[in-house]
Amino acid sequence: MAKRGFDIRRQTGFTTIAMACFFMLYMPIILLVVYSFNSGSSIAIWEGFSWRWYVSAWENEQVQEATVRSLIIAVWAAGISTTVAVLAALATTRTRKFKGQSVVFAMINQPLMVPEIVTAVALLIFFAMIKVATGYTGLLYLIMAHSAFCIPFAYLPIRARLQGMDLSLEQAAADLYATPYQVFRRITLPQLWPGILAGAMLAFVISLDDVVITEFVKSAGQDTLPTYMLGQLRRVVTPEINAISTVLLAISVTLVIAFTILSKRKT
Amino acid sequence: MPCGVGGQPLKIAISARNLRKVYPGQPPVQALAGVDIDIQDNEFFTLLGPSGCGKTTLLRLIAGFENPTSGSLEMFGDSILDAPPHKRPINTVFQSYALFPHMTVAQNIGFGLEMLGKPKAEIAATVDEMMALVKMTEMADRQTSQISGGQQQRVALARALAPKPKVLLLDEPLSALDFKLRKDMQLELKRLQSETGITFIFVTHDQEEALTMSDRIAVMEAGSIRQIGGPRDIYDHPAERFVADFIGDTNFLPAEIDGRDGTTARVKLSSGQKTTARMQEDTTPSGKVTLAVRPEHARLVGEAEGLLQGALREIVYFGTDTHFHVDIDDGTSFVLRQQNSPDTEARLSQGDRVGIIFGDGVAQVLRD
Repeated sequence: MAKRGFDIRRQTGFTTIAMACFFMLYMPIILLVVYSFNSGSSIAIWEGFSWRWYVSAWENEQVQEATVRSLIIAVWAAGISTTVAVLAALATTRTRKFKGQSVVFAMINQPLMVPEIVTAVALLIFFAMIKVATGYTGLLYLIMAHSAFCIPFAYLPIRARLQGMDLSLEQAAADLYATPYQVFRRITLPQLWPGILAGAMLAFVISLDDVVITEFVKSAGQDTLPTYMLGQLRRVVTPEINAISTVLLAISVTLVIAFTILSKRKT
Repeated sequence: MPCGVGGQPLKIAISARNLRKVYPGQPPVQALAGVDIDIQDNEFFTLLGPSGCGKTTLLRLIAGFENPTSGSLEMFGDSILDAPPHKRPINTVFQSYALFPHMTVAQNIGFGLEMLGKPKAEIAATVDEMMALVKMTEMADRQTSQISGGQQQRVALARALAPKPKVLLLDEPLSALDFKLRKDMQLELKRLQSETGITFIFVTHDQEEALTMSDRIAVMEAGSIRQIGGPRDIYDHPAERFVADFIGDTNFLPAEIDGRDGTTARVKLSSGQKTTARMQEDTTPSGKVTLAVRPEHARLVGEAEGLLQGALREIVYFGTDTHFHVDIDDGTSFVLRQQNSPDTEARLSQGDRVGIIFGDGVAQVLRD
């Protein structure tokens, strides 16, 4: 018999364990989606199909407000963090190696390493000081906080794309009389575009479903969709929550699929 | 020295003096160890050498992608060291072609002119002209991913020629092509060079490519230029062992200098027989030296008539020619190459005693 290499799929119990894992991962989500269509007001007893809770969520003014707020924050945070991430990625891949480059790299990725609760508490205290000093209590705090922790999520796909790009293209452009700005505008940016879009989408999704930092930083009456849902759970839970969750899930899945396609796209 | 066309005075396009490039690191890597070179205007000049010899580094310094550690670099008499790549009237054909994937063939070719701020009508006219020159006119609106490797190569060439640079650099542009295409492109490049009158600086590790295309060749090794000369000079009169060995096949013979007359040396071979050999002008060899003799420059004769004697070890038939491997009596071996013709038949067989002769001045005294 021919000798085979180690293949994990051929190990005893592999299929069982894999199925169990998928079950654990997806069964709760499937149930959540299914019960969002429940016509009764229980999240555990099925009483028939209905769009009732979607209509109810759509007409709920608090949900409307929270949704708009979430979207405003996510759009701004994605925009700001992506811009910063592009600049950071250019600085870490297109310049001569400088001293402390690895420190800079670690600092950019800091939000990935530091426990979120620590960042949240730190921002709470920091913004509290500013609030006292300026009296401003608007959305800017949330936008700033979200922009900050979204940077590494936007940075990583952009940097990966820059590193994968053929440097000789930029050299060829410079060789053909393009100034450094023209090289960036005409060669680097068009090539980088899928990476930028991917980074922005990832940042958008991350901002959209953040709970911990938002909960700490928000002022009174500044609920985003996730913190609103958290608040609702403390009261009576109706399938309205399921309906909102299902919509969020749909948005996230769509964006993640788009992200995957964009980051794999050539050219 | 080559002569100017029609008696015009020669102009030097690129001139380097003591050009050095050291890459920092532990230990530092010396890529160029003080190169002196003068490349004439309107010349097809080739930098030839094995990988890592510094030929690509020299090209990148001329293009401006890197700065030298020390030394001078001039173009038509003016230093170009302070000019960034986009201010040098030099264009490059990259080994990987480096075509812009988000642009069409025509946009690629027009890019340089666009960056120079030429009017649209002029760009369109030059692009048409360039596409005709490299026979790519029907492909104008294709994406660069939709054309073959050979076509990409031609687009890269057209793109670099379109701004009419003073000097064109070519970094092993043929290495990714298959054999047949490479042969065609060699002739094509030669034609383009003479039609455009642009100075071509061509980098390759392929000796045959260098010999067939170049006006002059610089053979490089370990960051230095070993010899500069026309293809015939380099092939027939290699200055040192590296050059003789790198270009074509060579037999190395131990010999002793017996006297000198200009560039001719009288030498005594290991068999005791005497002949004359050529020397490089700038050398005065004495004592024991090494001679180089090309396999096709020697003939097999009867043992008694030979300058060297030995036993035939192997006869290898190659179609166009036959290779004879001879064990010389001094212990070295010697390879001869003789062209076949229908009326030559194998009269010799393995183990036969044979003699080897070559004409006066055929052997070359190598610099040590």
